[in-house]
Amino acid sequence: MPKTVTYGSKNGWLLLGIDALSHNKMAAAAVVFLALLVGGALLALAAAAVEAPASITSAFDSYFLRIAGFTVWQALLSTLFSLLPAVFVARALHRHPAFFGRGAILRLFALPLALPALIAALGLLALLGRGGLLAPVLTWASGERWPGVYGLDGIVLAHVFFNLPLATRLFLAALNTVPGDHWRLAAQLGFSPFSRFQLLEWQAIKAGLAGTALMVFLLCATSFTLVLTLGGGPQSTTLEVAIYQALRFDYAPERAVAFALVQLVFAVALARLASRFMVVEAGSDSGVSTSRLMPAKRVESAFNTVLIGSAVVFIASPVVAILVRGFEADMLKLVMQNTVIVATATSLALAALAGIGACWLAVALLSARSRTLAVFAARGGGALLAVSPIVIGAGWFIALQSFINPLKAAPVLIVAVNAAMALPFVLRMLAPAWEASRARHDRLAASLGLTGFTRLKLVEGMALRAPIAAALAFAAALSLGDLGVVALFGSDTVQTLPSLLFARLGSYRSDDAAGLALLLMGLCLGLLWLADHLIAQRTGQ
Amino acid sequence: MSAASVKNLRFAYAGGPDMHFDFEVAHGARLAIMGASGSGKSTLLHLLAGLETPQSGIIRFDHVDLTYTEPAARPVSIVFQDNNLFGHLTVAQNTGLGLGSRLHLNPSQAAAVETALSKVALSGMGKRLPRELSGGERQRVALARCLLRNRKVLLLDEPFAALGPAMRIDMLDLVKDLQREKNLTVIMVTHNRDDTAYFATDVGLVENGRLSGTMPVAALHDPVSGSALSAYLGRNQNPS
Repeated sequence: MPKTVTYGSKNGWLLLGIDALSHNKMAAAAVVFLALLVGGALLALAAAAVEAPASITSAFDSYFLRIAGFTVWQALLSTLFSLLPAVFVARALHRHPAFFGRGAILRLFALPLALPALIAALGLLALLGRGGLLAPVLTWASGERWPGVYGLDGIVLAHVFFNLPLATRLFLAALNTVPGDHWRLAAQLGFSPFSRFQLLEWQAIKAGLAGTALMVFLLCATSFTLVLTLGGGPQSTTLEVAIYQALRFDYAPERAVAFALVQLVFAVALARLASRFMVVEAGSDSGVSTSRLMPAKRVESAFNTVLIGSAVVFIASPVVAILVRGFEADMLKLVMQNTVIVATATSLALAALAGIGACWLAVALLSARSRTLAVFAARGGGALLAVSPIVIGAGWFIALQSFINPLKAAPVLIVAVNAAMALPFVLRMLAPAWEASRARHDRLAASLGLTGFTRLKLVEGMALRAPIAAALAFAAALSLGDLGVVALFGSDTVQTLPSLLFARLGSYRSDDAAGLALLLMGLCLGLLWLADHLIAQRTGQ
Repeated sequence: MSAASVKNLRFAYAGGPDMHFDFEVAHGARLAIMGASGSGKSTLLHLLAGLETPQSGIIRFDHVDLTYTEPAARPVSIVFQDNNLFGHLTVAQNTGLGLGSRLHLNPSQAAAVETALSKVALSGMGKRLPRELSGGERQRVALARCLLRNRKVLLLDEPFAALGPAMRIDMLDLVKDLQREKNLTVIMVTHNRDDTAYFATDVGLVENGRLSGTMPVAALHDPVSGSALSAYLGRNQNPS
């Protein structure tokens, strides 16, 4: 069809290069890319395992058992300490819909999800590290020099920082699914607080508990950055970090292969299990004020206030510590350093490319007309969450090393892996708007003979400009703070802000690290604010 | 002798229109509350049950002012249109909640539950879960629970609206029997004119959040021309 229409979509460039392809071909290209990225890595791992089976089996020694045990143990503790308080914090927040600053508290609870793991780790260290803000207090309280929070304590604490607010929000959403009439019934039947918890609140929370617990366990068992920063040493290493250490320090690729395969099987099995259980995603408030129907007694109100207050302090303090320490550092001198400027520019460029990549993949998959491809977009996207960037990175590291120095491929792999990792989130952000646009425009577009790229440009490209831009900003923020692939492939030639930060931390230049953390946090939150703003603007229209 | 009296009761949702209710119900009456959707019928029942708090006015049951009494302490039971049962509890457990919020029943309580269930024709169904019941059966469980609660005033918020006509008649018969046996006073919100004619002794019309007084159900058959009731029923309207 000849193109006679000019258009003004700012997202036109996003769709570049796919002009000649039909919807299905575009989606197929996206699938091929993902299959190549993931499959190539897995194939390399499998080939290495087949090539030298003896050295692989010898990797399953006592060291393996120790780190596998630690991986599971820290994940179990993290899940327990995240979920248990979350049940009661969610209940307290649900019980007091007019709690002072409730909206701000819920926004604060969304913050850790958006914060790079490295920032959270630095926040904890700035607070509870050997030279942290609270170190003098802890030294005084314990009577001996505070050694700093490292190892198991630090890892679990950091995991709770991320997952307690996540679980709280999920449980709160579950509580909101209780029908209003059930609260009225409870009021009329005169339920005691215990009966109310047993018969209403716990039932609602229980429905999503297994799914939430498995998800949190999976996140904790496969977390890389937190364990790398706060753990380390043979006592507190997880499989994920051991893969990195085997490749970058011990040069024991067979061990990396063995661990990566175990990690992969373990994560995929867990993810499959988790997908069987429903996670309550959203529940609109029933609009029934339980605090008015069944006013909380003074003891309960006091208990809930302390509970919510503690959670807020726990979540907010690492962020505040970053701010305090960051402003103490000589920011001006820091940002004038050549290495910092180069690292910032590199990070922003790679993050932008990864963001564009993720959006292109999502758009391609969403515009698929074939059912098979559409199902893949819905399911395969989510399945990517189970494959860790370190496992993919390790696969490509091993595949490339027979041909070139793997570190040379750093930029390409950083962009490709981060784009793939951001894809599930981007898909989730775009899919509803995309479906709505389809339902609304499909007949009209067909009647006007708009197809293929022209349609994408004129319809989705313009109607979904705001959601696409928001998804792009979000994906870029995710990539910007990532330390996974950079740690594996990074070198002096390719250094991003997170890897520079990690290096400075490793050489005990904690002032620099604090300043860089503030810079990185500012950039990430800036991008997320932009994403939020774009979404708000759209819903406001 | 009035079982319930509502004097000059005023209420408004945040940002909503002002509502005003003023009427009495005699002992043993079956009052049907009619009116358009969103006119405030359900709100009125919620106010009577203590599930909403009025801005001003007085609610009396048996001449005792219970305007600000908590829901559980009022002499009323309420049945909603839906969601009357907890899905994870058995029929017997749901019914037993009428005796107290403990799930464990002693033998005499269990017997009382079984008796209540037999009165609503659900003998032997105690072990089932709500999802294994039909819509009508679920509402009968709710009625059985009201029997165990043994409160003098029964509030019904369109509880049979989702049922077919034959089933609705059965349910109305059941409520009528229970009402006579226990000498209850029933206030039922309904859209359905046939239900009102079949079931009620009195009828009240809520219009834009207002209800002033009630009338005998006979008014339904012969509404005063030009009255609010005739306008609502859509008959005998002035052709102007």
